[in-house]
Amino acid sequence: MGLLSKKDAALITDPLADNNPITIQVLGICSALAITAELKASIVMSISVLFVLGIGNVVISLLRNIIPSKIRIIVQLIVVAALVIIVDLVLKAFAYELSKTLSVFVGLIITNCIIMGRFEAFALGNGPWKSFLDGIGNALGYGVILIAVGFFRELLGSGTLLGFKVLGDPIEKTGLYAIGYENNGFMLLSPMALIVVGIIIWIQRTKNPALIED
Amino acid sequence: MGLKQNLHNLKEKYKGTKMAPLFNGFHTFLYLPNETTHGGTHIKAADDLKRTMNTVIMALIPCLIFGMFNAGYQHHVVTGEVERVTGFFSGNFWNLSNLWIGAIKVLPLVIVSYVVGLAIEFVFCIIKGHEIEEGYLVTGMLVPLIVPVDLPLWMLAVAVAFGVVIGKEVFGGTGMNILNPALTIRAFLFFAYPTWMSGDKVWVHDAVAKSGGADAISGETVLGSLAQSQPLDYSVADMFFGFIPGSVGETSTFLILLGALFLIFTKIGSWRIMLSSVIGALVMGFIFNFVVSSGIIGETSKFYGLMNLDFWKHLLIGGFAFGVVYMATDPVTASQTNKGKWIYGFLIGFISIMIRVFNPAYPEGVMLAILLMNVFAPTIDHYVVQGNVKRRLKRTKVKTA
Repeated sequence: MGLLSKKDAALITDPLADNNPITIQVLGICSALAITAELKASIVMSISVLFVLGIGNVVISLLRNIIPSKIRIIVQLIVVAALVIIVDLVLKAFAYELSKTLSVFVGLIITNCIIMGRFEAFALGNGPWKSFLDGIGNALGYGVILIAVGFFRELLGSGTLLGFKVLGDPIEKTGLYAIGYENNGFMLLSPMALIVVGIIIWIQRTKNPALIED
Repeated sequence: MGLKQNLHNLKEKYKGTKMAPLFNGFHTFLYLPNETTHGGTHIKAADDLKRTMNTVIMALIPCLIFGMFNAGYQHHVVTGEVERVTGFFSGNFWNLSNLWIGAIKVLPLVIVSYVVGLAIEFVFCIIKGHEIEEGYLVTGMLVPLIVPVDLPLWMLAVAVAFGVVIGKEVFGGTGMNILNPALTIRAFLFFAYPTWMSGDKVWVHDAVAKSGGADAISGETVLGSLAQSQPLDYSVADMFFGFIPGSVGETSTFLILLGALFLIFTKIGSWRIMLSSVIGALVMGFIFNFVVSSGIIGETSKFYGLMNLDFWKHLLIGGFAFGVVYMATDPVTASQTNKGKWIYGFLIGFISIMIRVFNPAYPEGVMLAILLMNVFAPTIDHYVVQGNVKRRLKRTKVKTA
């Protein structure tokens, strides 16, 4: 890759697979459970986190030498909060219905463990470019899982994808519903998100046994 | 050379191959292996896992047969083809046309449950390369008994696959599961396809297919009608012998009681759990009766119907008896210590009736109560054991002082 050195590229690719924030570090689970009943909400949430984590990591990285370490958590909070408010207002202005669906979870991006985790673990000790890549990488890793979970939950739970009835109409009994298929209501409940994440973790660790902890 | 010798010879042939666990599973199901231990003293017990499982299945067979007759009987009663029965040996109940409907509806449930469950179990054994575990034998019989008769077979297959993989195999297979697999399967069905697991249509064969038509039929369970504070039109004898709508095999408290005695006699089921669950349920029922009689809850309350039910009748209706006898006593997921069993059982009974009364969305609480207590069983055991350790430590201190 010409644009990125090998080390820099790893910052983006690692969190996508072997160091995934959700499946390996088990961070950011709360939002993964709460808003993945629809694919659309998962995608918007992923983009929001991508924005907040990408910009936030850069800001913290730029400020890293002037933040007194005793109050660094508060400074980090202020940075996240400011970015989240921007996201929230943008959503309310341009996608009001969706911001209703996401409700408090946009605000709760502030408490998303991945963000504070990356600030603490990476941005405070690295330059802005690297921090930016790290932020993008982790947000993508989060987003991939979120979208995968959202995909299965919406497909099996509502029979739709992004609102399109891909399996037929459950009321008029077309498509799969004509032969007796029914939506799995359990998929729409949060416990099933936990189980879907669990299955993803299971598959990932079976493929790469080095990831299995004792 | 008979089948037995053939199997012994085949075993040598398969030794070490991937198919060995699969073959050994069949082999030991039919005959004892021909290996004997050499040297040293060995303790040999007759009650291995297979025999334990088979004893429970034997205790379940009467419920299954009764369930088949009842499936046909409930259908014929609501369509008006037969009269309600008056005694246990009534010809209106024990006839071939009832059995026929029951057989064509219930046997497929049994077959699907076993085929899907055992197939998954075999696949996992081959992947993991260890012996087949017989854990599914009982689960496979329990599952068809705790679902409504008209449940679509593919739903059952999906639920069984989910229950066996997520409820059992991910934890390491038989003996390692936290939750009772049969109840995991039922809980999955309940939350995934609620329209097929509750309401007044699913308990009677054909009611769903006919709904909306001119010949629509329905049959509400006793719990369902009580939750809506409707008057009860079944006698105590009906409820005790099981001539009421419900899941396939759980209606007959009488046969469950016989099964319970059989399990206690063979020392397979824990009488402590059964007894303490019944006590727990009676206590909770008594509290609710007291709340009603002291005037705290009036007839207008939505809880009135179930709260006002005589406390002992709670034992006869719903799946309480079945759950307590066959599922709460599951040796893997229940408490292991004797004191723990008392606490575990009591809380199952107590919480069952509480959920039953307070949550009209879940008219039968015993499923959720058992699952909940399954989760707490190790905690209960931990404190019982720690309490024991502390008491004995104190004793030694007194001695040495």
